[in-house]
Amino acid sequence: MIVLLAEFTRPEALMRAARQAQDAGDKVLDAFTPFPIAGMAELLGARSTRLRAVMFAGGIAIALGAFATEYFSAMLDYPINSGGRPLNSWPAFMMFPFAIGIFAAAVSGFIALMAETGLPRLHHPLFAVEGFERASQSRFLLAIAVLHSETGTADAEKRLRNAGALSVREAEP
Amino acid sequence: MSSLALDRVETPSQDTRRWVLENGQSDEAVNRIVSAPLLQRHKWTWRTWWIAFAVSGAMTVMMIVSASWLLIRGVGVWGNNTTVVWGFGIANYVWWIGIGNAGTLISSMLLLMRQHWRASINRFAEAMTLFAASIAGLFPILHLGRPLYFYWLTPYPNTMLLWPQWRSALIWDFWAILSYLLFSIVFWYVGLIPDLATLRDRARSALPRKIYGAFALGWRGSARHWHFYEVYHKAMAALAVPLVVSLHSVVGLDFAASLMPGWAETIFPPYFVVGAMYSGFAMVVVLAALVRWGFRMQPIITVNHFDVMAKVMLMASIVMGLSYATEWFDAWYGGDHAERSMLTFMFSGSYSPIYFIMLFCNVLAPQAFWLAAARRSVAAVFVIAVIINVGMWLERLLIILNTLSHTHLPSMRHLFFPTIWDWTLLFGSLGFFAFMFLIFVRLVPSVSMHEVRHILHEGERP
Repeated sequence: MIVLLAEFTRPEALMRAARQAQDAGDKVLDAFTPFPIAGMAELLGARSTRLRAVMFAGGIAIALGAFATEYFSAMLDYPINSGGRPLNSWPAFMMFPFAIGIFAAAVSGFIALMAETGLPRLHHPLFAVEGFERASQSRFLLAIAVLHSETGTADAEKRLRNAGALSVREAEP
Repeated sequence: MSSLALDRVETPSQDTRRWVLENGQSDEAVNRIVSAPLLQRHKWTWRTWWIAFAVSGAMTVMMIVSASWLLIRGVGVWGNNTTVVWGFGIANYVWWIGIGNAGTLISSMLLLMRQHWRASINRFAEAMTLFAASIAGLFPILHLGRPLYFYWLTPYPNTMLLWPQWRSALIWDFWAILSYLLFSIVFWYVGLIPDLATLRDRARSALPRKIYGAFALGWRGSARHWHFYEVYHKAMAALAVPLVVSLHSVVGLDFAASLMPGWAETIFPPYFVVGAMYSGFAMVVVLAALVRWGFRMQPIITVNHFDVMAKVMLMASIVMGLSYATEWFDAWYGGDHAERSMLTFMFSGSYSPIYFIMLFCNVLAPQAFWLAAARRSVAAVFVIAVIINVGMWLERLLIILNTLSHTHLPSMRHLFFPTIWDWTLLFGSLGFFAFMFLIFVRLVPSVSMHEVRHILHEGERP
């Protein structure tokens, strides 16, 4: 398997090339772009993410923990009659679980984001590819895997260039 | 009819590009403009920056001295007395937390409403939030009679076998501020990751590349990563809105949960939230004008931005005016003697000149924004924004002074006179804010590059 990395100046050109490559039977591995390109994740068949579910679960868990603390302290450990108010004044107790729960959801989401993306990963073979540093600035890179023979590679390269690629480089698979 | 109507339909692409001037309308131009202050420092003499840094540094020292004196001698150094127990300390707290509210509120609300122009202002607005909320958090602690026991607000196993009083609005406040501040740090940092990667890739020397690279976490701009990133960022924005609204509502409840005339009003929570957004927007405008001028960001922060922000402030000023009128009406219509007497005191008591200045600053002055000429003049918007900030501080101060100076028991009534330590702490905190902001603009991109690049290409379809 040979991996080609094609560089484009515009996101439309990248999308077009990705579709052509897919139609020709090559495998579109990934795209590296300075901002999210609409439709690219779908084209790559990115799986639906459970990130939001993780955020929900994390937030609810911590919120329940916070309420349990309140319940334990106000009902069991130190019940104090303050002006005849019910010991478990749950409406007045809601702010602490709510606020801390939202923060917990944010942190759970961040951890899930790191798990899904495999970051932090400061070293990656792609960083060694010449011109890769422009993918965070103004260039749109497309990585495709050519599954066939030598002629397949030449064809794929030609297709990419026709689609508007500035350069096509081979990268480590 | 058709040809005329069709002419008017702008494509989404043109629509979002209008937020960036022509000389900034390429990915490379955006990167160059935003990263220049960080990576090509020789382009500036930095003289103004150093002067501002020295002045704000001196003011920070003043704040530290003032706070230290307070901690040594106690709250008696302030103008607070046994009647007006909340003076500048709490007014400053409410004002700063209001400003601290706005950054995340603006950023997340505008994101959810697909207001593309937010891309140019959200980064420094969020930074403003972090600094203002951190400063706000200091005031309630400083204002405690025994600040060293502030941690009693947290539930922790202690030898006294005591727990916090969960029914207290002050406990709600503590958790709301803490959660909000930590949440805002996460929100801000996540928005920053792709930009740190851009700086890593643009840096010529090793040290910046390593530092930015480490904080960028190895971001590669992979389409799969962007997919997860967008899901997370939008979910965060959706969570931020209720958190922000609840935060300042709780600040309103600190007052409204009492039985004091002028405080025990159900309108307080929403009225505080609007006030927070209002003063925060005004502060964003001030900072936008300074960042734009200081770092030559005219192509990215355009007159159109000031125009829309002025419209938001105009709207907020009307809501504020309506809130004040509702307070007056409620006090009169409710028929309660204490409330009516309080209303009379507001308009004719010792503080009434300040009240009229406040009404001018918050309600009258922003009416200039009905004129397009005022909205489109950066100088005019800047001046009115400063006036709004002053007005909002006076409002926070008067909420405290009017009610506490005019309590139920006439023999207890007292006025409040600030001391030098009240003023040094107020201006010191402003200096500290400027100090942190100046450091921020020198280390972190003040505009979100990836989001501006995105709006340049928004609506383009293959």
